[in-house]
Amino acid sequence: VTGEWRRTERRTIGYTTVFMAGVAVLAGVPTAFGLADGLSWPVALAWVLPGAAVVIACGVVAEWLHWRHTSYRVDAERVELRTGVLVRARRSLQRERIRTVDVTADPLARVFGLVTVRIGTGEHTDEGTVRLWGLAPGTGDELRRTLLTRAGTAPTADGELAALDPRWIRYAPLSFVTPVLGASAFGGVLNVADWFGLAGGVIGWAVDLLAGLPVLAAIGALTAGGLVVGVVGSLGLWVEMWRGYRLEREPGGTLRVRRGLLTTRSISLEEERLRGVDVVEPLGSRLSGAARVDAVATGMATGADKDKGQHRTLLPAAPKAVADRVAADVLREPLSPTEAVRLTGHPVAARGRRVRWALAAVVAVELPLLVLGALLTDVLLQLAAVVAVVGVPVAVALGLDAYRALGHGTVGGYLVTRSGSVRRSTVALQRRGIIGWTVSQSVFQRRAGLATVRATTAAGAGAYAIRDVGLGALTATSEQAAAQHGQRGGRAQLGVVGAEQRAEQREPVAHARGGEPAPRPVGLDERAAVALGPQPQQGAPLRRGQPPPQPQHRLRGVAAAGADLVEQGQLLGARARQQRLDQPLLGAEQEQQDPRAAADGLGQRPQRHPGQAVVQHVAVGQLQQLGAAGGRRLRVGRHSAILH
Amino acid sequence: MTATRTDPPPTGTRLRPPRNPVDRRAIGWWTANLLLLVLAPVVVLAVLGLLIPPARFWLVAPAVLIAAVGLPAAVALPRWWFRVHRWEVTATAVYTRTGWFWQEWRVAPLSRIQTVDTRRGPLEQRFGLSTVVVTTASAKGSLTIPGLDRAVAEDLAEQLTVTTQASPGDAT
Repeated sequence: VTGEWRRTERRTIGYTTVFMAGVAVLAGVPTAFGLADGLSWPVALAWVLPGAAVVIACGVVAEWLHWRHTSYRVDAERVELRTGVLVRARRSLQRERIRTVDVTADPLARVFGLVTVRIGTGEHTDEGTVRLWGLAPGTGDELRRTLLTRAGTAPTADGELAALDPRWIRYAPLSFVTPVLGASAFGGVLNVADWFGLAGGVIGWAVDLLAGLPVLAAIGALTAGGLVVGVVGSLGLWVEMWRGYRLEREPGGTLRVRRGLLTTRSISLEEERLRGVDVVEPLGSRLSGAARVDAVATGMATGADKDKGQHRTLLPAAPKAVADRVAADVLREPLSPTEAVRLTGHPVAARGRRVRWALAAVVAVELPLLVLGALLTDVLLQLAAVVAVVGVPVAVALGLDAYRALGHGTVGGYLVTRSGSVRRSTVALQRRGIIGWTVSQSVFQRRAGLATVRATTAAGAGAYAIRDVGLGALTATSEQAAAQHGQRGGRAQLGVVGAEQRAEQREPVAHARGGEPAPRPVGLDERAAVALGPQPQQGAPLRRGQPPPQPQHRLRGVAAAGADLVEQGQLLGARARQQRLDQPLLGAEQEQQDPRAAADGLGQRPQRHPGQAVVQHVAVGQLQQLGAAGGRRLRVGRHSAILH
Repeated sequence: MTATRTDPPPTGTRLRPPRNPVDRRAIGWWTANLLLLVLAPVVVLAVLGLLIPPARFWLVAPAVLIAAVGLPAAVALPRWWFRVHRWEVTATAVYTRTGWFWQEWRVAPLSRIQTVDTRRGPLEQRFGLSTVVVTTASAKGSLTIPGLDRAVAEDLAEQLTVTTQASPGDAT
């Protein structure tokens, strides 16, 4: 902070010595065994020991040079790093552009009292990242606090949003880590045996052991063994990853995740970069009522980071209620949009596609088994029969489940989309974070009248898909909406995609409700009005514990409704709450028109030219929303060019 | 979904395609590209087949196969693409449509555009064409408009750059 050039800790050299010694042992022992096999032990050692010494020495000298030529400084405007022995490199980050400061320490570094600080600006290149290795933990923490607290950010309520409940460990074995670890255990055993030239012996021993059993029983025994290893491994991994987990909100609007048993990690995320959340329910978790919460944020760890996926996780698999609460808290909403929204289902045609995909996967497994079985041995045919008997019902069930998962909707300032069976993901994306749209349609989708609509964003995965929505329905609905509301027809936007029974009700509903208050709870309607109004106010209006940011009458209603919901939410059961907040997408959009809007719309009707392609309104409607929601003035009229 | 449709109805039931087709010369450019792509392995295989008599069948057969599939494709596909590839820049957005088997419409609001590049490959230069690439802050949100007349592409790039500069913020 003082602006002086500072060095990293000299202890890094000690760390490197130990680290390189470890590397030397790991590489040297199998080499020594290998050499001793052909030559004699003294000869082998005579080769390996000096080799190890050279490796260690090289590592230490390199580290010492690196340490001598590395310095950093933090002044009021920027963070600078000077590195490089032969080629001097200097990297400088504007402090105001810094978005993330992550602090990690692996077990050895913790012994030496060292941490690594990764300072990121959120750009998709290495240029935007400064990695400072070898700071004292105190310095790292101070740096993190200094860089993420800046003048001008309003102090916000801070405190703990979630802390680890040790009982959550019960979800660990249900993850996909278990079978993977189990399978890799076999590979690992063989690999180690191979170092010592015993691979053949181990396989022979296993074959002898299982020889007395029938083939299927042997497979069962192996599977069970793998599963046991997998369960133990996944439990251990969970403890390593999540021990001491805490999710906190810090002054200056930063979310901070701290966790780790051996390697400690501190991951900070500026709330300004948050564009939404992803509530992920892998099959195992979902069956046991658990969910994980990932952040959808711009400028998260990208590129070469090996566990970048883990950086996004705000909450490990925890009971769904906890996940929903954390999602709501993180977004500063009274209720998580993923929970508050009522999702519109997708056309039945999407169901057939999902079932066919699942069955195709079974066929892909069956075919090689059948071909090889016919050519080689009957055992594979037996296996194929077992796979078919088990696989087909499972595939159909997964396909149907995947269809049930499909849905999308809007609530508050969010677009919510859900899909997936094996990994069900419910993404709530702030509409101000949407920076474009992609509609894609394969030949098959075209025949079924479906399309996949993707909202592109700078955050998270880059694009979030609404899969297999009915494009036909989109068109019909928006046409109607456009006819009703003229310019505002654009508001039919993405939400309209879907169920066509609504298309039938549309006309009477719009007429009936257009001129009179909707006979539904206020909270619901007001939310919708703000969500879908022609000029949504910037940001999410549903803040808890804050005064309404805008004096517009709708917003006041929402703030009141928001407070209302907090209270009622605790009294009513989850189910009831959901119904209160729910809003059928299309219905809501059209019903929540205030009388003026309806009048405008009708007034504009004659301006429409017959035969005009109306989906155009949809495209522009989205843009209009985007622009307004993003805080930019993006004046789009019905007469602009896309519309024509 | 009251009915599944197999061909586009006359009006009003699909996303309207963007207005502008790409330059006609793009057909020639794409054809040249595909021909190079097809002829390179065919020539290599044929020459090897002539030089190595014992393996002649196994070298010439794939060459014939590639030529049989590739040459009609090289003639037909560009014409097809020409009919499908469309683009349009409006007061508010850049809008493209590409692909036949996987048709794709892309919309990027002008206010969210980050960079506008023009690219001209060697072959493209021969045909007097340029490709305009528009990127947004999203890793998956970029638009490519291939096969534009060079002057049109330059005008477009300049127009987009000016508009983009006019809008504040970091477009995320």
